[in-house]
Formats: sequence, C-alpha cells, structure tokens
Amino acid sequence: MIEVKGLTVRFSGVTPIDDMSVTFPGGACGLIGPNGAGKTTFFNVLSGFIKPAAGSIQAFGEDLLKLPDFRRARWGLRRTFQMEQAIEQLSVFDNVAMIHEHSGEGRGARRDAVMAAIDFVGLEAAPGARVGGLGARERRLVEVARAVVGQPKVVLLDEPAAGLPDQETQHLAGVIRQIPEQFGALVILVDHDMSLVSSCCENTAVLDFGRLIASGPTAEVLRYESVVNAYLGAEDEQ
Amino acid sequence: MGAAHAQERAGRPRLPSINRPIIARVLVIAGLLVVALFVFPATLGGDWINTFTSVAIYSTVAAGLVVLYGRVGMISLGQIAILAIGTWVATRLTFATNLPFPVLLLVTGAITCAIGVLIGLPALRLSGLYLALITLMAAGAVNVVLAQIQFPNGGGGFTGRTDQPSAIGLKAVPRPKWALGDNAYYRYVVVVCALMFLLVLLHFASKPGRGWAAIRESEPAALAAGINITLYKLWAFALASFITGVAGCLLAAQIGQPNTYSFPTSDSLSLIATALIGGIFTLWGAIVAGVFMQLLPFLFQAQWGVNPNFLLIVFGCGLLQVLLSAPGGLTNQFPKDMANLGRLIARKVPLTRQAAFGIASILALIVGIVLIITLKSAPIVGIIVVVLSPVFASLSQD
Repeated sequence: MIEVKGLTVRFSGVTPIDDMSVTFPGGACGLIGPNGAGKTTFFNVLSGFIKPAAGSIQAFGEDLLKLPDFRRARWGLRRTFQMEQAIEQLSVFDNVAMIHEHSGEGRGARRDAVMAAIDFVGLEAAPGARVGGLGARERRLVEVARAVVGQPKVVLLDEPAAGLPDQETQHLAGVIRQIPEQFGALVILVDHDMSLVSSCCENTAVLDFGRLIASGPTAEVLRYESVVNAYLGAEDEQ
Repeated sequence: MGAAHAQERAGRPRLPSINRPIIARVLVIAGLLVVALFVFPATLGGDWINTFTSVAIYSTVAAGLVVLYGRVGMISLGQIAILAIGTWVATRLTFATNLPFPVLLLVTGAITCAIGVLIGLPALRLSGLYLALITLMAAGAVNVVLAQIQFPNGGGGFTGRTDQPSAIGLKAVPRPKWALGDNAYYRYVVVVCALMFLLVLLHFASKPGRGWAAIRESEPAALAAGINITLYKLWAFALASFITGVAGCLLAAQIGQPNTYSFPTSDSLSLIATALIGGIFTLWGAIVAGVFMQLLPFLFQAQWGVNPNFLLIVFGCGLLQVLLSAPGGLTNQFPKDMANLGRLIARKVPLTRQAAFGIASILALIVGIVLIITLKSAPIVGIIVVVLSPVFASLSQD
C-alpha cells in the first residue's frame, strides 16, 4: 500500500502537483489525467528525481522520501519511462541482470530470476541479443522485464503502450495484469489508453492540473462527471 | 516426466554462452600478442622497437578515454596531462626512493589515480562542452605548473627542488633489471599494457561496465536502476587515471629523463581525435589511436622525411570523415566497408550514388596521404586531396 499525504511540488511559479492525497491500496492501480496533469511528475517524485515542497509518501511502511534516490531501486521501486530507455550497448540478459545486481539480492539467484523475468514478459528475442538491434515492441518488453526482475515492491509504468499497435497492447495488458500476483508488487500504470487502464486496474486515481479529482474502483471513477469533463475538455483543446 | 522436463528446457531461450565469435576474438588477440612479443623484436630495428613501445603506452592512455567517453560518456581533453602527472610522480618517486620497478608502477598508478579522482570531482556536476573545457584547462594548468617547477628539477626527495636544475647528473628512472635493453623493455611494456587492457575488459564485462553503459544511455534510467551515479563516475575516473599513471611510469623509464615538452596540451586533442577515428567504443580503437599517435609520426619523419605536422590535417579530415559516415570508428566500419566492397565487385548490389561517394571519400584519404609522402616539393596537392575526403563523405549521406 502506498499512502500519499498533502504532496505538493513547486517549480518557480508553477505547481505541477498541488496538495495531492491518495492511497494506492495494492494490485494494479491506474493513474490517469490529461496531458500536464502531473502524472509523470508524481513518478519522478517517487523515483527521487524531484524533491517535493511538502507532503509525505509511506510505501509498505517505509518513508520513501527519506531514502536517497539510488537506494530506492534497492528497496524495490522500479519504473519504466515514457521514452523507452533500455540500454542499447548491452544484451537483453545484461539489461535485466543489471537491475538485479543493484537490488541487493544474491548473485546465486540472478540467472534464474533474469530468465524468469524475460520469460514472463514473453520476449522472443535471444537473451544474448544486443538491445540496440531490437524493435520498439521488444525494447518495451525489455524495460518491463527490468521493472519486474527479482522482488520488486512497487512497479511504475509510464505509458508503456505508447506507440504500440492494438494487438501488442493487448499482450502488454496481459503481462501487466499478472505482475501483482506473480511478483507481489504494487503496479501504478499511467496511460492515455482508457481500455488498457480499465482492463488492468481495479482502482484508479485521476489527476487534473496537479489536483486529485477522483479515486476509487476504476469502473466507477470513469463514470464520474468531473472525470469525463476533464478528459472531454482536454480532447476539445486538441 | 523426464520427457516433459526436457521439453520445458528446450522451450526456454538459451543463455548467452561462449560462442564462436568470442573464440575467434581470443585467437586474434593471442595471435597479435605473439606477433608483438616475438616477431617485432626479432625483425625490426631499434628505432622501430622504441616507436612500438610508445604505441603500447599511448594505446593504454587511449584506453582511459575509451572508459571515460566510450563507456560513461564523459569527454576528457586532459588525458595527456594525466600521463604527464604519472611520469612526474614516477620520476620524483625515483629521486626519493629505490622501489623495485613493479612496485614503482603500482604506486605511481595509485597516486595518479588519487590525483585523477580529485580532478574528476568537479566533473561530476558537468557534462558535454563544459566538462571538455574544464579538463582541457586542467591539462593546460598541469603544463604551466610543470614548466614553473622546471620539471623534473633535480632537488632531493619527492618534493624537493633546486634553483639550479641541471639535466646532467639527474637520476634516471631505472628500467626493471631484467628488461634493460630496448627489446626486453619493449616486451615488458607490451605485457604491462596488455594487463591494463585486461583490467579494463574485466570492468566492462562486470557490474561497473553495465552501470557505466546505463549512465551513458540515460542518467535518470541509471538512477532508477539503483546505480549510485557519483560513485560510478568517480570509479571511471579512478580506473582511467590508474592505467594512465601506469603508462606514465612506463614512459618515464622508456625515456629516462622526461621533460615538460613531452606533453603538449594539443596531444590531448590529437588523442581524442585518433581514438574517435579508431573507434572509441572498443579497446581496438585505443590501439588504433596509439598507432596513429606514435607510429604515423615516426613513419612520416624518420622513414619518409615528411613534416609530421601534416598529420594534424590528416587527423582532422579523417575525424570528419569518420564522424560523418562511421560514428563507430574504423575498427567498427572497416570490416563492413570491405564486405560491402566485395558485394559491389561481385555485382550483388548495384552501385548507388551514396556508395560511390563513400568509396571516393576513403580513396581520397589514402591517395592524399600517398601524395603528401611522395610529392614532397608540393605537399599542398596531397592536402587538397585529403580535404576532399570529408566533402565526399558528406555527399555520401542520404
């Protein structure tokens, strides 16, 4: 469970996150909102790239904001990026193994853990293949494998389906749905694809202009008038 | 049940294991080492062997650049200054102590490593142009200091100085007892440099190598992977400075009495240029850089009687050519080019405009160098042809 209380982020004059309080109970949770709502900023606060002006984040009893940024991965925080960032110079195996060797888990279990993660995401590419030679879909899956290898506690997925065709988005949805039971991790999924979010997440929180405007069971939340307005409003502008 | 288990195993993707390319690579490396250690000393004269000693030393310095830029993505334009510090430390240690040579190598490496890390500290917050500027200015500063204290200055002890330094009577950095002759010392240097390369390779193949690759790709992603970026960057500076310090000690014993003029700041620029031409992402590129930095000037000056300063123009054009058409450098591109040329000659692929200009670009470089060497009375002809190379290379782009 992740409990966020009174979280505020300020950059000179802009407030991308404004007094946000929300609870992610467990399983797979959605985090949605129009562009610029503060979703990626929230992920960056969790990762430690941004220091909030106020607020606290309790994750499984740990005060996350007190941990130095690079220690959060060892604690069990994993993430993928909006712009996929698998490491081109390394092989698929090394890409995933690298996360494992910084996670504080023993060397003995590494090979099996890495292969299990590669199997889990359904990656067909050879483990020895260089990531630089892979296609967009396979790189996405490498990133997801990196996010789940070993014993993750929290997995942040930032628009993992962006740019993927429908069929591959469905495959990805199947993978995301299984992360909580397979690895026991809490998943927070940010995506604009509502069908992906509703098929993966029992609970969803909605941000708009840095404020939390709704949270609860996904099907209910998506029916709220304020949520519909926030989204339709954004659609109109585009 | 056994069958089911076997099936499950067969269905699993295979782990990366030792395969043919790796065996081939090991054979090539072993073959090169045999040639370098036994064939060269047996067949080449004294000047050549001294030149190849320098090639090995400068290749090791370039290997430091492969670590810093090729792996971590930090541009350092001050590596020759680090080499100068290594030479200085080795020389002063010789004045102050009577350490056996292998110990002198290690102590010099360790002290240079500490100094390199100190210089690297401000670099942690800088990148790109600013880092390049800072390291270049640090290199200039080192040269100023060395000139000011009239390096090597024969004062007693490690820090001592005298107001009347004289080159005569200075204690020279001694070579190891069983490697006093040029041939024997050359072999010694090749072995030590090979060990330094091995040290770097071990880093690349393990945790720090993967961490550096992650930092180069994206610092946020590296942080999210749990990598302590500060520590890993300092580690890279430490490794590069250590091997460069060892190279400096080898250089000190090669020339006996080094002086300030052995380390012009512009050499740091030539070093990164030649490393980029050779291919800065692999250690092969470092060897090419060593050859370009030391063997080519020797060939130009001592063998062909041509002013080696023309090489600066050749390096410049070669760098442009490589950056435009082969960012992986010669060691990466040359095999591909040869394969493409073979296919062209066998008429398996049609000759496109791009390919034609690509070939013209490489030919211009080769023909230009040949013209510079042969037409001594009118070197400008060769230079003009060399300059055509990057022009053709830009025309070969899509």
